[in-house]
Amino acid sequence: MRKIDLKLIEDTVAELLYDACVNLNEKELKALEKAKLEEKSEIGKDIIGQILENDYLACKLNLPLCQDTGQAVIFLEVGSEVIFDGNLEDAINKGIAKAYTLGYLRKSVVSNPLTRVNTGDNTPAIIHTKIVPGDKIKITAAPKGGGAENCSALKMMIPADGIEGIKKFVLETVEKAGGKPCPPILVGVGIGGNLEKAAMLAKEAIILREIDDVAEGEAERKLEQELLEAINNLGIGPMGLGGTKTALAVKVNTYPCHIASLPVAVNLQCHAMRHKVKVI
Amino acid sequence: MIKKLNTPLTNQDIESLRAGDIVLITGTIYTARDAAHKRLVELIEKGEKLPFDPKNAIIYYTGPAPKKPGRVIGPCGPTSSYRMDPYSPYLMKEGVRVMIGKGDRSDSFYKALKDYKSVYFQATGGAATLISEAVKDVTLIAYPDLGAEAVYEFTVENFKAIVTNDSIGGNLPLENRKKYQK
Repeated sequence: MRKIDLKLIEDTVAELLYDACVNLNEKELKALEKAKLEEKSEIGKDIIGQILENDYLACKLNLPLCQDTGQAVIFLEVGSEVIFDGNLEDAINKGIAKAYTLGYLRKSVVSNPLTRVNTGDNTPAIIHTKIVPGDKIKITAAPKGGGAENCSALKMMIPADGIEGIKKFVLETVEKAGGKPCPPILVGVGIGGNLEKAAMLAKEAIILREIDDVAEGEAERKLEQELLEAINNLGIGPMGLGGTKTALAVKVNTYPCHIASLPVAVNLQCHAMRHKVKVI
Repeated sequence: MIKKLNTPLTNQDIESLRAGDIVLITGTIYTARDAAHKRLVELIEKGEKLPFDPKNAIIYYTGPAPKKPGRVIGPCGPTSSYRMDPYSPYLMKEGVRVMIGKGDRSDSFYKALKDYKSVYFQATGGAATLISEAVKDVTLIAYPDLGAEAVYEFTVENFKAIVTNDSIGGNLPLENRKKYQK
């Protein structure tokens, strides 16, 4: 067994979240540069130009790229040979409090959705844990903004709806969102499992997958391509002001499901595609 | 067309704007988002005075990140405007004529724009650090307990936005999206 010091977890979570809020990854910057070149609308081109200028400036000045520094979503892959000397969840939340208070990040979490009082330190995180073989822990930290998350949707479809029904639902969701999720966006589509699994698949699609990868399965790959084309034909464009670059990529993740079911979740990610990973 | 706007705005300044114009604002704008709007409308309903002069005023929907030492303001990009739709007509009735945010709004909001000869601008969502460079001074006006959601007076220089909805029904997103729809 390998004992991992919780202080190390706390510091790593703080470091990853701060880094994610300030420095967009190279791959995401490249995707935005490419979109700027390909965008047909002049206004759209100008907007992606402003986004890139902002992202480079944020990095240079060591400031968050967006004032909405999100609620922290933490994915953990914990090796089954790892033990901790205390409460893992507490350590993660301590790391979040540290990043958001010392790092001048905006605190955007309320303690109760009904009574709505700010927690003051952006805790708690939304934590997803998976136990995997080995003696390491992999931490993915993603500050998820409210604008794009609010435009996400889930529908319990039936098998008869089929692939055409799925496409229709995804397109409706993106069209209804318009400029609100800050396009150009990433579109995560989770298909299968059940209610919560579909939502998880969609979330994993935008946070854990690489922006330039493609789905392993042929059906998923085909759907990703067709959806990307159809979404960009909606004309929504950067910030919804018209154009050809509404989405940079569509990611489809699937899972086995019940013979009666076809759950579909669509999770949208704004152009500030913030996530950082570290293996300890 | 790029237009320079200096506050206080005249009726002519506001009503001559057309959807698609790029504006560079210099002068005073006030920040307010969800929680502040709720309180401002409560004041109006009670017949009390607003914490700023609403005549031809500009409201910017933002909740800045905390400012680091040496900065005027933290990153302060626009937030989604549709959440303010239920409140906006009350403020327009009091004289607010310009609202800056991001994203589409409701038909009832667009109708109110025409009724009150007002305009809606969009700033680039997520370009928060870049936008903060246009803010030269900040004064807290009301509701310090709301933190990032308090009402601030920003003194801005060449704050860039695009007129997406003008006072005569022009709607840039609607018109421009059609051009790129296939």
